Amino acid sequence: MSRATLINTALFLMLPITALVALALDEPFIITLATKVAILALAGVGLNIALGLGGLVSLGHAAFFGIGGYAMGILAHHAQTFTPLMEAPFLLEGTKFMPVIWVVAVIAGALAALAIGALSLRTSGVYFIMITLAFGQMLYYFAISWPAYGGEDGLSIYVRNGFPGLNTLDPIQFFVLCFVILALVLFCTGRLAAAPFGLALSAARQNAERVETVGLSPYRLRLLAFVISGAVTALAGALFADLNRFVSPTMLSWHMSGEIMIFVILGGVGRLFGPVAGAALFILLEHVLGGLSDFWHVYLGLLLLLVVLFARGGMIGLAAGREVAHD
Amino acid sequence: MSTLLLIEQVLNGLQFGVMLFLMAAGLTLIFGVMGLINLAHGSLYMVGAFAAAAVAGATGSFVLALIASLIAAAAAGAIIELVVIRRLYDRDHLDQVLATFALILIFSEGTRWVFGSFPLFLDIPDALAGPVLLPGGIQYPAYRLLIIAIGLLVAFGLFQLIARTRIGIQIRAGESDREMIAALGVDISKLYTLVFALGAALAGLAGALVGAIQSVQVGMGEPVLILAFVVIVIGGIGSIKGALVGALLVGLTDTLGGVLLPGFFGTFMETSAATAVGSSLASMSIYILMAGVLLFKPTGLYGSA
Repeated sequence: MSRATLINTALFLMLPITALVALALDEPFIITLATKVAILALAGVGLNIALGLGGLVSLGHAAFFGIGGYAMGILAHHAQTFTPLMEAPFLLEGTKFMPVIWVVAVIAGALAALAIGALSLRTSGVYFIMITLAFGQMLYYFAISWPAYGGEDGLSIYVRNGFPGLNTLDPIQFFVLCFVILALVLFCTGRLAAAPFGLALSAARQNAERVETVGLSPYRLRLLAFVISGAVTALAGALFADLNRFVSPTMLSWHMSGEIMIFVILGGVGRLFGPVAGAALFILLEHVLGGLSDFWHVYLGLLLLLVVLFARGGMIGLAAGREVAHD
Repeated sequence: MSTLLLIEQVLNGLQFGVMLFLMAAGLTLIFGVMGLINLAHGSLYMVGAFAAAAVAGATGSFVLALIASLIAAAAAGAIIELVVIRRLYDRDHLDQVLATFALILIFSEGTRWVFGSFPLFLDIPDALAGPVLLPGGIQYPAYRLLIIAIGLLVAFGLFQLIARTRIGIQIRAGESDREMIAALGVDISKLYTLVFALGAALAGLAGALVGAIQSVQVGMGEPVLILAFVVIVIGGIGSIKGALVGALLVGLTDTLGGVLLPGFFGTFMETSAATAVGSSLASMSIYILMAGVLLFKPTGLYGSA
């Protein structure tokens, strides 16, 4: 077993161990933090499909995160107020049933990513960064100015949505649910990266012209990667909104995009478990530094600057000693 | 809607547009010459506004405040260029995004640390506080007219600088081939610092001028930064002319969209629904404009390659 695999395994097991220790010590807050790490890591894994595999620097992933959040918020809002979501052309009711919410979130995220990706991928490089950022902001302002679902105030859900056989309001049960989803998505992403699609996508990142000459379309490869990436991030958004039982335009703001990107970078771009390490470190910092000073973002900024300038492989890169190239 | 009101809104759109131009010009210069995407440009806008508010509070002079905003933003720009930005020129865009995002965190929280969370206020000087009467009987705030004038003057000056001076020639040469102008004996790192400080000074000036209309607070630069990105995408990266055209387009679309769209939907919908749809669409209008430009010209109106 290589050092990187060892570190990955340790990182992955760290989350359930933390949660179990917290359960034994009767510290539900720590379990909630571990849940938050699992969900944010999921969002990072989503971004990493576009960023790490596809080399697409998207600064608008908060859009998909927020769409997932609003998918949950809108469905649950209609269910708890007993109002139909839509009456014509056919009746559509809200729901408090998690699997349905997840499917809706994934589809909504994928469709949004298809639309945004189809336009943004016509460009590349710095244009792509600015355009994804701009489309993300567009949805943010739309959510603020659209009064039907709370506008700037957001939507609150009284009771967490249900999953058959589980009491989702119990912190440890909700953690297990989120963790299992994270594990499944990590497994699928790992398979995806090794599959012909993943290999072709990586090749398109490294040398698009060569990929084109063997008859593959880099545009379509990237668009598909962007859609999958958006769908996974939307799923994370639905879970995140359920964790807080609240969704607001903040989930769509570009600071969120930046934070999701920070999880990926702190961990190491293109590494499967990078976002898990990054999200864990981020939440840890938020609580350690946040406890020391109200101005902890200064320290976060300095740390991020140091990582970008001097530790380009991220945390796993530092620990495993070998850098994964990214461009 | 009366013609007078419409003209007033067009002027408001122009004023917003020239402010966006001051931001976008710096961003596009920095990208064109150094190939760097600078998210921290909004922080320099904020630095300018805070410097102006602090100096105006201490001395009471608006002119001194404007000068202070230029100096403070240029100095902040030069410092971050020397310490951080210069290490990023050879890096990929991802590293540039992250490092400048980190700078935003540092600047925003640092400012909150020094000045506190409450907004500061920068007063418009008394001489400019009232309205002026324009031909055709339009009353328009003198200060906003001044902003339009300053913006257009700066645009003119910038075009002259780029087209006619030695520095301008070096900047244009740097845009097309950095190695070559370094080989010809131009101190390229000094030129980079200079361009960065110039862009920063323009952002700082914009911050100070707008700060007198709105409040001066932490995070004020970010919405403007994102609009400036939209401007650059529409105008084409690296083109000052594109930045001017894009900025005016975005300024007018945003302002007029907010005024006209609710009324437009009001002609065939009930009032409350029309307001909701109209204002939501208005908030998205500039992004729709951007998407439209991208469909036909992915490199922007004046972009090359």
